[in-house]
Parts: sequence; C-alpha cells; structure tokens
Amino acid sequence: MKVAVLQFPGSNCDQDALKSLRYDIGVDAEYVWHDEPSLAGFDAVFVPGGFTYGDYLRCGAIASQSPIVKETIKFANEGRPVIGVCNGFQILAEAGLLPGALTRNINQKFICKDVFLRAETKRSIWTADVDRIIRIPIAHGEGRYIIDADGLKSLEDNKQIAFRYVNSKGELEDSANPNGSVSNIAGVINKAGNVLGMMPHPERATKELLGGIDGFTILRAFSLIKA
Amino acid sequence: MPTVRVSVTLKPSLLDSAGRTVAGSLKHLGYEEVQDARIGKLIQLEVDTVDEGRIREMCQKLLANPVIEDFSFEVIG
Repeated sequence: MKVAVLQFPGSNCDQDALKSLRYDIGVDAEYVWHDEPSLAGFDAVFVPGGFTYGDYLRCGAIASQSPIVKETIKFANEGRPVIGVCNGFQILAEAGLLPGALTRNINQKFICKDVFLRAETKRSIWTADVDRIIRIPIAHGEGRYIIDADGLKSLEDNKQIAFRYVNSKGELEDSANPNGSVSNIAGVINKAGNVLGMMPHPERATKELLGGIDGFTILRAFSLIKA
Repeated sequence: MPTVRVSVTLKPSLLDSAGRTVAGSLKHLGYEEVQDARIGKLIQLEVDTVDEGRIREMCQKLLANPVIEDFSFEVIG
C-alpha cells in the first residue's frame, strides 16, 4: 500500500503529511509532482495544504487544473481513497470532486489554533472510527465553507458532512465555529464516501511532541487500505 | 488585438467581509452615504479572436467559481 502525497508549487504541508504517514501511521508514502501524468503504483492520494500558485485567482483554482489532479479525479471516480487537507480541500472542491467552496474567513483573519471536531458520518474510512470529540489544529485564512440551502440539504440527506466544529463538550455552537462556515462544517465527503476534504490538519496531530495525537484517529485509516 | 474585460463578483447572497470592511473604512473617512461595498475581480484578456462561447467557457472552467461567484464580460476594443 503506497500513498501519493501530491506536491505543487506553493505546497507547504507536504513534508508534514509524508512524515506523519511514514513514521506515525506506518504506511509507505511518496511525493508526486503536479505535472506527473500518472498515479500508477499508488493506492491512495493525500492532497496536502499550502498556498498553491500563491492562491492566485482563488485558493486551489490553478492547482485543480494540473495533470496530477486530472489523474486524481479519475482515481477518485474509480472509488479509490483521496483525502485533501486545508489547501488540499480547496483544490478538491475547485476540481469538482467535493461540493461547495471555501471562502475568506468571516473575521478576515488567518486563524492558527486547535479546534474541536465531531465526526458526523460513518460513511468514510476516515471518519468511521472517530467516536469521540477530537482536537486538532487549523491554519487558514480561507476556510469558510459555503454551500447553498439545497446543497446543504443534499449533504445532510446523503450523510456527507464529515466533521463539524464543536465546543470541547461536543456541542454545536456559534462560538466553536472559527471561520463562519455554513452549519459549522469543517469537512465533507463525496457521495460515494471515498473522497474527504477537511480544513483542519490531522497530519499535524499524530505525535505527542506536536501537541496531540487526535489526528491519528483519522489517518490510521490509511493502514487499513489494501494494495 | 481585441480586449475582453471579465468581471467576477461574489454572489449577492454571500457575505463579502472584505467589502464590508472597506465600506466601514469609507464611512470612517466621512463618506456616510456608503452603505455597503462589494469587492470583485477584473480580468482583462487579450485575445486573437472573440468567440463569446469560448469566453463563457473560460469563465465557467476557471475564471469564476459558479458555487460562489457570478461573472460577466464585455469586449472593449
């Protein structure tokens, strides 16, 4: 089992992702450059965070047009596992693999802090084992998840909301929502459940040294993926 | 060479927090008549030929995100 960690000009969480996967989760992982034409030999894709192409036009917009993302779309449509974190979520949303869009935080600030998350669906390998409130960091300026009322209903009906921002007791409240996301949404999955996008960074929380290990409860799913 | 001016704006239903900040600043400067401001993007394309269908396609595929933005364009010369 080998994970492709995609790299674009401006990626900056690629090393965190690769090292977390290799050394904390214990799976094989390799970088794949954005203009590579193929994902042959890989069993899962991790689209890491960063500021690809300087966030020109919109966050993730330019990266979403790259050859490796075209391949990732095919890969995902075959039902194979793909996760996008932070800018990786923005790229997957821009690529049309996930519904909705990410926009400027409601308070205009770049926010870097720990948040509490509640898993809202069992329909993905990433969320299936998250059965308690977890604490992992966010670090973004454009993480306000936007979707219209029909889209939100469809997400709810299909159990596609992966994570919501909650308080430490697991209660949904406005003050727990760091960026103004619709319905406190921190992450969503596609209809099939094999693609997850989330703004918080599980790869930054897989070692006590980093301040927490709750990201492990999400990323350990990688060790269950069969080659 | 023809020039196409594409404007991209956040959908009216969405809060434009940057625009709101700008409106606040204008008010602060004494322009009390300003009730709101919306910030968009203006993208000027130099093209060999004008094909409105293709320009619309460019807007839909890349220049605007239909989930959150509206677009319009005009050929200006």
